[in-house]
Amino acid sequence: MRALDMKVIRDLWHLRGQVFAIALVIASGVAVLVMSLSTREALTNTAEAYYERYGFADVFAGLKRAPESIKHRIEDIPGVQTVQTRVVRYATLDIEGFAEPVMGQFVSVPEGRAAALNRLAIRTGRTIAPNRADEIILNEPFAEAHGLTLGDEVVAILNGNRRKLQVVGIALSPEFIYSLGPGALLPDDLRFGVMWMGREALAAAFDQQGAFNYVALRLSRGASADSVLPALDRILKPYGGIGAIARKDHLSHWFVMNEIDQLSKMSKILPTIFVLVSAFLTNMVMARLIATERTQIGLMKAFGYSNLEVGWHYIKFVIVIAAVGIALGLVSGAWFGKLATELYAGLFRFPLLLYKASPSAFVIASAVTFTAALAGTLGSVRRAATLAPAQAMIPPSPPVYRKSILARTRFGRWLDQPTRIIIRHIIRDPIRALTTVGGIASAVGLLVLALQWGDGLNWLAQRYFFDAQRQHVMIGLAEVQAANVVHDFEHLPGVLAVEPLRFVSADFEVGTITHRGALTGVVSDARLQPIFDETRNAVIEAPAEGLVLGTRLASKLGVEIGDRVWVNMLEGRRPQLQLPVVDLMQTHIGMPAYVHLDSLNRMLRERPSVQYINLLVDARAEAALYRELKALPAISAVMLRQAALDSFYDTLAEHLLVYVTMFTVFACALGFGVAYNATRIALSERGRELATLRVLGFRRSEISYILLGELGLLIALGLPLGCLAGYGLASVMATAFDTELFRVPLAIEPVTYGQSVLVILGATAISAALVRRRLDRLNLIEVLKTRE
Amino acid sequence: MSQANVTLEAQGLTRVYGTGGVQVHALRGVDLALYEGELVVLLGPSGSGKSTLLNILGGLDQPTAGTVQFREHTLGRAGDAELTRYRREHVGFVFQFYNLIPSLTARENVALVTEIADNPMDPATALGLVGLGERLDSFPAQLSGGEQQRVAIARAIAKQPDMLLCDEPTGALDSETGILVLEAIEQVNRELGTTTAVITHNTVIGSMADRVMHIANGLIANIEHNSQRRAPSELAW
Ligand SMILES: Nc1ncnc2c1ncn2[C@@H]1O[C@H](COP(=O)(O)OP(=O)(O)OP(=O)(O)O)[C@@H](O)[C@H]1O
Ligand SMILES: [Mg+2]
Repeated sequence: MRALDMKVIRDLWHLRGQVFAIALVIASGVAVLVMSLSTREALTNTAEAYYERYGFADVFAGLKRAPESIKHRIEDIPGVQTVQTRVVRYATLDIEGFAEPVMGQFVSVPEGRAAALNRLAIRTGRTIAPNRADEIILNEPFAEAHGLTLGDEVVAILNGNRRKLQVVGIALSPEFIYSLGPGALLPDDLRFGVMWMGREALAAAFDQQGAFNYVALRLSRGASADSVLPALDRILKPYGGIGAIARKDHLSHWFVMNEIDQLSKMSKILPTIFVLVSAFLTNMVMARLIATERTQIGLMKAFGYSNLEVGWHYIKFVIVIAAVGIALGLVSGAWFGKLATELYAGLFRFPLLLYKASPSAFVIASAVTFTAALAGTLGSVRRAATLAPAQAMIPPSPPVYRKSILARTRFGRWLDQPTRIIIRHIIRDPIRALTTVGGIASAVGLLVLALQWGDGLNWLAQRYFFDAQRQHVMIGLAEVQAANVVHDFEHLPGVLAVEPLRFVSADFEVGTITHRGALTGVVSDARLQPIFDETRNAVIEAPAEGLVLGTRLASKLGVEIGDRVWVNMLEGRRPQLQLPVVDLMQTHIGMPAYVHLDSLNRMLRERPSVQYINLLVDARAEAALYRELKALPAISAVMLRQAALDSFYDTLAEHLLVYVTMFTVFACALGFGVAYNATRIALSERGRELATLRVLGFRRSEISYILLGELGLLIALGLPLGCLAGYGLASVMATAFDTELFRVPLAIEPVTYGQSVLVILGATAISAALVRRRLDRLNLIEVLKTRE
Repeated sequence: MSQANVTLEAQGLTRVYGTGGVQVHALRGVDLALYEGELVVLLGPSGSGKSTLLNILGGLDQPTAGTVQFREHTLGRAGDAELTRYRREHVGFVFQFYNLIPSLTARENVALVTEIADNPMDPATALGLVGLGERLDSFPAQLSGGEQQRVAIARAIAKQPDMLLCDEPTGALDSETGILVLEAIEQVNRELGTTTAVITHNTVIGSMADRVMHIANGLIANIEHNSQRRAPSELAW
């Protein structure tokens, strides 16, 4: 082996602590990058393969009821390849041993053969046999949640008739990767399940013989949904079409894509921080190494080593440091990636999973990190390479310290000598001090970012499940009914208060901007589900006329209070009206548009009608209420607030735990790496000075104070900055993860800052303790004998 | 000796340090020639410009004016690459502070240079020449000052340079160790015929040279020819 390579190896071994500390930081960045890239790739590939194999459709449309005979008109739309008509209905279920009512979404499938589109991935059992009216196939997550297996019976109230259905198969579908009950935020497999029934049987149960109320299309290659949607809407309009959507707006697909999108964003924002910090750290260590090896550099040049060879020599250090970090990062990233993918696979229940440690992720991560580390150290290496040999041989003159403010102010005079040493040292090399402060701040910031997600969810839960929704139960009626149906519910057991609600699908239009959403009709003086504005933290009274828009919808449409919006309702007589915006409200969920229930009914030119009924319930009578609800025929949905809240926390808690753990590990690595390097470099630079002080009679604790006091001061600066950085990062993330369905709130609790600060303090304390141990073993003779 | 070939010739060398403010004239027009195989000692008070001269002769530094001619190399306005090649092919350096690479063993410190040389000797042979054949695998920290300096000499001569330039090689050593080091230099000069220039403060050392150049105030004040070189072992101070 060449002598210079030997030098690289020995020097690196000598610096192993620092090399390892930097490698940890690099590894963290690489791990996040590999994790997010490979998980994203796995999810994308898996979803694509799943969609392809099971014929996930391109366009979807719901309607009231249309004769099967119009199917050929849909087939004639240019660009349409395959048309699948279906019957889809909600119904309540009575699951034995489960007190609460359960909702089922019944979807028709052809009997005895595979569907043209949206085919089922049968996990066990079989498809529906022809002419069997009582067979169903259950969605796997629902079946598992209730422990239902082949041969079990499920009782459903189909259009008012109590029916016993037999489970003949358990399946998954690309349409319901993410299955949400009506009005739910997150999947709740106990209280909502998708189930498939033969087309004939389901049509018969809901009076839809020879008709359909849902259609899915596969487009021919190259055809665009943009041209098909309006044509489809035109055909379905007379049959109560509520607006066709393209695959990109399909809820299940949207959630999967949103998850992938979040991974993409994470793969950009987080590794950037780590890579930047590690570039600074590598530079810090290399600058110091080059400073100590000044004369050696001069010597190599005196022997005839060229600038290039000297530069290359130091670049090898950077390469090795980066390589160690990258190797660690690739391994842990692949591991985290597998963990995250499995987590998603569990959440989405893909029947197939295409995870392989992505080579492109490895290559990207390695290239980015190498480039950053090299770019960061280029300055130092260049200085080393171009150092004039005669200059290099002269030891650098003692560093110039300035008297500065310390000597002049009263504060300065009050400081003791060791503290002066600390402050002068910081002032002398502000870049390095800033690197340390910045590194600590990033570590705290990352931790704040991770921990505040919990805060955000709590905040969201409080606003959404308590402030905005005060009802215990929300009932969905199978059909719109006259307003006096409300009284039927007042007499149910335990019901303390009732309040009606109505949703009507609608397109909102301002100029060229359109948004497909819904109008929510609320009553005057609503108490159970009022219009709740999160900014004012108060209820807004429903206006007699006009709209109250969510701020997100208002900004999408580009309107303010006083502007007018075209509202094209997609139900009933499909009125098209221009309504004024009378107020705005802030919410993190969805893009609501509120009107008064009375004005909504008036606009539809219907007698006072309702479709949803909110109940306030006495907890002691819950069981009795549930029993009655299970038997009520006209109900298609029962939503329980507590259940929704539980599933909100259950689903997110698992996710959160993985991410918070990951972030804590990475943030600690960052804090440790930065603090350790800063102190080790200070020790190497000032070993002589400190040893001299020891010779002069300073105690160990006193010289520790000088060295670690500096670190302490920098950390003290870094911690509050880190809290600020955390706030900044959280708001960047909140902006990055802003979607039409939900926004991430920025609601950081003080305790989150406290926890983050404590954790990073702990990580830096470990590095300080390690350096302190070295300091205690400082060999005075050795240090003074060697010449810098 | 006078009919020997000139190895290196310098003319009108000046070196001014510092631009703008205070200017230090370290060399004020030095002319000199070094002959093949001779051993020259440069003597002079501190600050007289000895190191500056040697650095320029060895291609470590550029003169402000004047030229240095070494075979086909014309130093003076040579670029960095040219100087590097010159040092690499022709010059060996020894410094007052041995400047060994602390993380490399004696053998590896020598190998550092032989690896980039055209016609080097084996590092072990070079170390044998300076009497350190037994200490090949010692690290600098495990060697005494004199031993370290001898490693430095081995490192300088291992590539079989045409010139060996030593800047106060005994400056940091006691007289006994200093003599060992000088013996190593003298032996290399005698056995390999390497043109050698040694800077020293110590007038006694002058008597081991073929010629002694007295430097004062940035100029060569006078040159002494010794009819007889004395062996380092006969020296004492
Ligand atoms: N880099 C520099 N910048 C400014 N002045 C310098 C520099 N190097 C040397 N000098 C000045 O040039 C003059 C000659 O210096 P040089 O090092 O050649 O002396 P020297 O004869 O080797 O002295 P010594 O015996 O002390 O080593 C001195 O006055 C010195 O101060
Ligand atoms: Mg000198």
